[in-house]
Amino acid sequence: MTEEDSSAKMSEDVERYLKLNPPCSSSSSSSAVAFANKSGTFKSSSPPCPEHVLENVLESVLQFLTSRCDRNAVSLVCKSWYRVEAQTRFEVFIGNCYSLSPARLTHRFKGLRSIVLKGKPRFADFNLMPPNWGAQFAPWVVATAKAYPWLEKVHLKRMFVTDDDLALLADSFPGFKELTLVCCEGFGTSGIAVVANKCRQLKVLDLVESEVTDDEVDWISCFPEGESPLESLSFDCVESPINFNALEGLVVRSPFLKKLRTNRFVSLEELHRLMVRAPQLTSLGTGSFSPDNAPQGEQLPDYAAAFLACKSIVCLSGFREFRPEYLLAISPVCANLTSLNFSYANISPHMLNPIIRNCHNIRVFWALDSIRDEGLQAVAATCKELRELRIFPFDPREDSEGPVSGVGLQAISEGCRKLESILYFCQRMTNEAVTAMSENCPQLTVFRLCIMGRHRPDHVTGKPMDDGFGAIVKNCKKLTRLAVSGLLTDEAFSYIGEYGKLIRTLSVAFAGNSDKALRYVLEGCPKLQKLEIRDSPFGDAGLRSGMHRYCNMRFVWLSSCVLSLGGCRDVAQALPNVVVEVFGSDGDDDDDTVTGDYVETLYLYRSLDGPRKDAPKFVTIL
Amino acid sequence: MEVINGLNLKDTELRLGLPGAQEEQQQQQVSCVRSNNKRKNNDSKEESAPPPPAKTQIVGWPPVRSNRKNNNKNVSYVKVSMDGAPYLRKIDLKMYKNYPELLKALENMFKFTVGEYSERQGYKGSGFVPTYEDKDGDWMLVGDVPWDMFSSSCQKLRIMKGSEVPPAL
Repeated sequence: MTEEDSSAKMSEDVERYLKLNPPCSSSSSSSAVAFANKSGTFKSSSPPCPEHVLENVLESVLQFLTSRCDRNAVSLVCKSWYRVEAQTRFEVFIGNCYSLSPARLTHRFKGLRSIVLKGKPRFADFNLMPPNWGAQFAPWVVATAKAYPWLEKVHLKRMFVTDDDLALLADSFPGFKELTLVCCEGFGTSGIAVVANKCRQLKVLDLVESEVTDDEVDWISCFPEGESPLESLSFDCVESPINFNALEGLVVRSPFLKKLRTNRFVSLEELHRLMVRAPQLTSLGTGSFSPDNAPQGEQLPDYAAAFLACKSIVCLSGFREFRPEYLLAISPVCANLTSLNFSYANISPHMLNPIIRNCHNIRVFWALDSIRDEGLQAVAATCKELRELRIFPFDPREDSEGPVSGVGLQAISEGCRKLESILYFCQRMTNEAVTAMSENCPQLTVFRLCIMGRHRPDHVTGKPMDDGFGAIVKNCKKLTRLAVSGLLTDEAFSYIGEYGKLIRTLSVAFAGNSDKALRYVLEGCPKLQKLEIRDSPFGDAGLRSGMHRYCNMRFVWLSSCVLSLGGCRDVAQALPNVVVEVFGSDGDDDDDTVTGDYVETLYLYRSLDGPRKDAPKFVTIL
Repeated sequence: MEVINGLNLKDTELRLGLPGAQEEQQQQQVSCVRSNNKRKNNDSKEESAPPPPAKTQIVGWPPVRSNRKNNNKNVSYVKVSMDGAPYLRKIDLKMYKNYPELLKALENMFKFTVGEYSERQGYKGSGFVPTYEDKDGDWMLVGDVPWDMFSSSCQKLRIMKGSEVPPAL
């Protein structure tokens, strides 16, 4: 929908509302309240001026608008609408923490209850960014602590969060309800302990793929006594032991607990005890899935019975150190499962078969490639409702064995026609299999294929993988996210530019021949927001070809390409609203890291408030 | 340009590197060919004229987060039983890089010596045979498959007394 369309639609809605609710008796107080009192307790006052009336009406209507794209459109209609939208926005999403300053946020929005903040770009996960680059939560927590004491929810991804930040959060927001930290670092169990202890209304504490320092603090014991409002507790990424008795006690006094993801320090016997205490769970992270002791004969806990009793479980994960002989205990819940994550378990096809055979309702399946093509065929045979598949490499090296291939991919495409999202690591692939998927799975919105051997062609024909990825962009008309790999020429990128009209995120590594490839993408993909490229032969000319786009993109990352300082500087000078950072991968504080003219990493992003002030020495902002 | 039966074989030749590059580059075997060569010694790095780069590990490639890379390092404790011994032991397979290291550790742990290994005849000369249970539940002779494959599929170890070993093994 274009901006004009959506604002026209807004006007229609407002008109319709006015017809149903003549404004003659509305007061100037918040019409959210008025709306709730529809039965007619409107205060009548002196005739309200039309502008107030419209703003009240707008407030009432806007409370139903939750999509941020719609809200952004509303805010552009006129100043009045901008004002009302700002007053009624309760959730804000900031895709790049450096795109604006905290002060700008607190100035515009006065009533925020929920903040989603993302920091570092994704390639930072793979050691391509030196430590201490930035994305600190500190300035944000300081600003929001003052501006929004009623804040309830904070969701952070790839941010640097310290224990002090967590302590300030816990102290500043008495009604705080949800904390989610995804791929974050900088804090430890002591920070978590403070949150657990002080946030008395905490419903959600989810630590996902974050690095949590072991401060040897018994954080589980820090949850206050008495009934707990906890609904979700995820700590599977915490690599330190926990006080199990305290955990059990917490679970017992958390009647609303639905999601519990334990870490690998929770044994199978302990898991059993938790399940017995919380049969209402819907999502369970099974921890190690390995018993502490050798089975004691009759004293063997009945694990299958525990799973049978947890009738509501629809999501299973964990299995961090699983023992195969206990895997079948999960059988009672298989038929109800919608999500199964085996991606930390070295499961063979032989082990997978009896389980997956019953998983007819699975929508999300994550596993290691240890399940082999054979296992994928079993998935394809049963899991007709599959929407998302992720296959990770057990042995993530370029020259490892590679037990999955185009055979598995094709099988999945034939069996799982509703597939929407796939991440697939493999050692070898064929254009034929990729093309088959493009034809069999028209609902695909996310296609991420990682052929681990760099520059690897189709292993049957020896040709580049251009045709396969070309078929994907051509046939999957809903595609919004694409990651390419294998041997690719500029032609692949011409296809992406020609057909990838909805693509928002593109990941490229070790691909393409020349700047033409980059140009095809930057000129051809109007919706492109996030572009991350490494080790590809793209230079200044390619970079320049995207000048008209960078203000409309969230970020562009180019590392180990062939950019020069001069070329990057040209972009920086031409686009004052875009911040252009260059740095090397080793983060050496002493030298300028820009040795000569060669740029190792370029990271550019749009920003309303100019270059950041917290850049470390190894980052040069052009 | 070599043309046989009307086919330009250079077109379909499997090679690493960008198509159209004229120079003869040292061939890197494509994985489907290499996968048959399971005995490849991990220490020898195939040399290649640049480009493409040699097979040293590249930073951040493949793009797998570090918490996932560690996952196969945790699943490594296996039970070891020895026929005649009163109780089992446990060892961490990740502590060993190859068979000789493992066998030496087992010998020390249980005070025995394992015989000499040969592909044809298994272990000869001591009366003790190291076996293991793999992911499929089958009992196998230790030493037949490459170390990496063994360490990732071994679930349990059993040191059998030579007299117990069935002839099939």
